[in-house]
Amino acid sequence: MSPVPAPSDIPIALRTEALESILVERGLVDPAVMDKFISTYENDVGPLNGAKVVAKAWTDPEYKSRLLADGTAAILELGFKGPQGECIVVLENTPSLHHLVVCTLCSCYPWPVLGLPPSWYKDPAYRSRAVREPRALLAELGLELGDDVEIRVHDSSSEVRYMVLPERPAGTENMSEVELTRLVTREAMTGTAKASLPS
Amino acid sequence: MSTVLDIDGPAAPPRVNGELVFAEPWESRAFGLAMTLHAGGGFEWEGFRQQLMAAIARAETAGGEWSYYRCWLEALEAVVVAEGLVAGGDVERRAVALADRPAGHDHGDEH
Repeated sequence: MSPVPAPSDIPIALRTEALESILVERGLVDPAVMDKFISTYENDVGPLNGAKVVAKAWTDPEYKSRLLADGTAAILELGFKGPQGECIVVLENTPSLHHLVVCTLCSCYPWPVLGLPPSWYKDPAYRSRAVREPRALLAELGLELGDDVEIRVHDSSSEVRYMVLPERPAGTENMSEVELTRLVTREAMTGTAKASLPS
Repeated sequence: MSTVLDIDGPAAPPRVNGELVFAEPWESRAFGLAMTLHAGGGFEWEGFRQQLMAAIARAETAGGEWSYYRCWLEALEAVVVAEGLVAGGDVERRAVALADRPAGHDHGDEH
């Protein structure tokens, strides 16, 4: 048997490969499952900056007032700004009013808070249907809204970009601000889903 | 499942606006190994997390080039050895064997 080299002599990439090869060989790790994990977790938290804004608004009524009055300034309070975030208007979803954000002309998107736009956001079919038949589109995306809920569709432009403040889910009264950030998804902040507890 | 990763604090992996960032391919492999093994019941997350924070503390004391995923791999190796999944020295021996791979990989003339 060859002598065991000192750990520091082994390049880290080779070391990782060696560990993977042993664990796969012993049936402890399935490479296909592992690939899926990596791609899932790369987006596990999603747009954390926007989630922090939402969680703060849920737990701090004064911050929420400032956020709804001047989204840009309130978001800047938390240190988030950028070339696509100059003028952000925050829309509050309630049990009777649901806001949905689209951009029919370009793909304006407040990425400092919402991260990179999902691919479907730029899909012309999504954009036109969101304007024409938002209720049907949302239902297809898994969000069934009752007829008593008014839906307002907002068209982002180069001057104004929208972000949705989703409803705080029931049953989260005892959660901390940090715990709450984990409930806020990209979809919830564009109005294509609600924030919810993990199933 | 997505709740096990720390978002803030010393054990939290590097992110840009919430999304994980891997500087090199081996980092994502090391990450995926831990996640997959944990999901399969290979080890308790908290034990790994403690090892990770200890590795980070050691790296910070030692100074030099900082690498979060170097600490991550160190913690993972410690956990798999502690769980008896891998014996001490296994990884080093396998690394040597991989480095000696014949044609198509490395110095194949000897094989």
